[in-house]
Amino acid sequence: MKPGSADTDVSAGEGDAELVSLYQAHKKVYPRSVSGLFAKWRWGLVFFTQIIFYGLPWLEWGQRQAVLFDLGARRFYIFGLVLYPQDFIYLTGILVISALSLFLFTAVAGRQWCGYACPQTVYTEIFLWIERKIEGDRSARMRLDEADMTLAKFSRKAGKQVAWITLALWTGFTFVGYFTPIRELVGLFASWSMGPWETFWIFFYGFATYGNAGFMREQVCKYMCPYARFQSAMFDKDTLIVSYDAERGEPRGPRSKKADPKALGLGSCVDCTLCVQVCPTGIDIRKGLQYECISCAACIDVCDTVMDKVGYPRGLIRYSTQHAMSEHWGRAEVIRHMVRPRVLVYSSILAAVVVAMLVSLSVRIPFKVDVVRDRSTLARIVSGGKIENVYRLQLMNASEAQERYRITASGLAGLAIASDNTFTVDPTQSRWVVLNLQLPYDAAPPGSHPINFEIESLDSPGKLSEKSIFIVPR
Amino acid sequence: MSDFTSNFWPAYIASITILGMVACLVLLWFSGKTKAMTSHDNTTGHVWDGDLREMNNPLPRWWVWLFIITVVFSLAYLVIYPGAGAFKGKLGWTSVGQYDKEVAAGNKEIEPVYAKFNGMSSEDLAKDPKAMAIGERLFMNNCAQCHGSDARGSKGFPNLTDKDWLGGATPEDIKNVILKGRAGNMPPMAAALGGSEDVTNVANYVLSLSKGPHDSVKAELGKAKFGVCAACHGQDGKGNPAIGAPNLTDDIWLHGFGEAAIVAMINNGKVNPMPPQGDKLTPSQVNVLTAYVWGLSNKPTGAAK
Repeated sequence: MKPGSADTDVSAGEGDAELVSLYQAHKKVYPRSVSGLFAKWRWGLVFFTQIIFYGLPWLEWGQRQAVLFDLGARRFYIFGLVLYPQDFIYLTGILVISALSLFLFTAVAGRQWCGYACPQTVYTEIFLWIERKIEGDRSARMRLDEADMTLAKFSRKAGKQVAWITLALWTGFTFVGYFTPIRELVGLFASWSMGPWETFWIFFYGFATYGNAGFMREQVCKYMCPYARFQSAMFDKDTLIVSYDAERGEPRGPRSKKADPKALGLGSCVDCTLCVQVCPTGIDIRKGLQYECISCAACIDVCDTVMDKVGYPRGLIRYSTQHAMSEHWGRAEVIRHMVRPRVLVYSSILAAVVVAMLVSLSVRIPFKVDVVRDRSTLARIVSGGKIENVYRLQLMNASEAQERYRITASGLAGLAIASDNTFTVDPTQSRWVVLNLQLPYDAAPPGSHPINFEIESLDSPGKLSEKSIFIVPR
Repeated sequence: MSDFTSNFWPAYIASITILGMVACLVLLWFSGKTKAMTSHDNTTGHVWDGDLREMNNPLPRWWVWLFIITVVFSLAYLVIYPGAGAFKGKLGWTSVGQYDKEVAAGNKEIEPVYAKFNGMSSEDLAKDPKAMAIGERLFMNNCAQCHGSDARGSKGFPNLTDKDWLGGATPEDIKNVILKGRAGNMPPMAAALGGSEDVTNVANYVLSLSKGPHDSVKAELGKAKFGVCAACHGQDGKGNPAIGAPNLTDDIWLHGFGEAAIVAMINNGKVNPMPPQGDKLTPSQVNVLTAYVWGLSNKPTGAAK
């Protein structure tokens, strides 16, 4: 093959160039199981997030599912709240809060989200647990993969696939259960009478879970995830990262348990390579911080175990900061450096958004009104020489009780509603009503006049004001 | 490809499209390997600005497969759908065809909703709240643009809630107007009446018919000339529904009230068409809509929201 033209630099180099492929075959990572403080934290978060995810759709609230996003009817139920598409700002608020939380956590303690709570990590952890139960730990799995296909190997592999697929389908089913009432979905699934979208999403979401947690795993974090990459923008020298204390560890090497490492000229690292074996992204943390590191601290846990075994102090690999490493800071100093402009800015914006959202939710009035002026009929003169404008009002009941709304208009002297002004709207429904406003002749000069509609619920507290205009023709 | 005057352009587009895909594959192949120094520090050996080194972080091979899949997908797409120049694609898909299909599917889907209403008379339909809810939505989508959300019209657009029907008041008449439209036509009459004074006099007489503010002397003079108008509006000015001539004695002023508006109408006349809606709506929809419009001025007793 003719070499590409990108190698002009090489010709000036010292030779030694070789033809390399820029497309790398996937090397499977076989993470070894690990136990310890941080593994406990991770499993804690796996349970926490997944009990919520799998459990929430089954919760009932009154006569309905507690959390249900009814896309067809465009109503979003979250416990006592009934949200309309017009409440989209709350979703924006949640996304802004999530983003800022990610920034804050990352600035303080690195990629904590990646290591403990990200669905990619969580499902990989669960799928790995299944894999380990069926195929054994790292070395057993490696042996099994290399071995010839036998009935025993086949049954193990098939068993794992069945378990994975079942879990993946349950995950897809649960996901759809947030959009279609999950108790009905059970029956629909059982009798195979789901709609096309439900069928698609159960299998698509299930397939994504299966593929990402079963096969893609660290590849997602390394090559696909944008957050993984831009989190490095929040890092600075005071950010907690998984750090290998090279000063203490090097030179590494095996040694007898009884030997004095100082006498041998060795550091604390016994070069057992367990930190590499447990790493879910397959890196060697002893080479320093790498973009693949998801801050899961599996290497910390396993290294601490080894240090305990050989009788050295723990913390050869630990959460520390670049500054702390170079300046030999203690824990107190690391904590003191957490308070820095970047962290303060993130925290104050985050706090402001959270407070704004909570306040907005607490003062929210459970109905909405849209006023649409008739566009064709600007104004007309009706009997008695009165000027009439026509409006359509959409009354949106965001409560779960039937409500009566009374509408009044203000803004011009003599303005009166010439049609019905009290309307009943069914629970969570919206209704269009037509409203005629009349103004005595000559009560206002020709032109467009700002007016206000006041809408008041007669059954619950709350009053809204909506702006519109009244047009007097020339 | 009727947009193009020559056969050159479809061929040009097709070849650019296909060459583009081939070029993608070639690029993928050529950029897959490179001659580089792979030092122990995992760099390619390229150094810029003295110390800026290029890391050798190869693309995973499965990612390359994604590229290949997109090319295969594109080629399959070009075979199935139109895209490669003038080639129509194996499916013969067109956007118009899809639209027609979706309309047909939509009509078929709503058929059962209307099935119950098809045989019903407008009088019965007007009492059916479900039919009227559908009728209201049809009205809002198809009629309210001119007649207003409350169906009371405005200048030039008739009020549909009163008893004044220029095209006839029976449900059959209303249906006919919805289906075929109607052309209201008042010819300019100034010449036939005489001078501008005569026009003013007739206008005052017309105002007097409905007891509007008028000059009684002028009205008396105008009365003599009204014979010209009577051909359509009748000797008594009560109009003639058969030809759509409005009643001038009621207090309904579709084209404006007052002497000036009437003078302008006599001088200039007016063609005021209602466009036909028959090709936009299905017969079942017209049936329900007719009942809704009829019901606006024929409120069933005791039916109030």
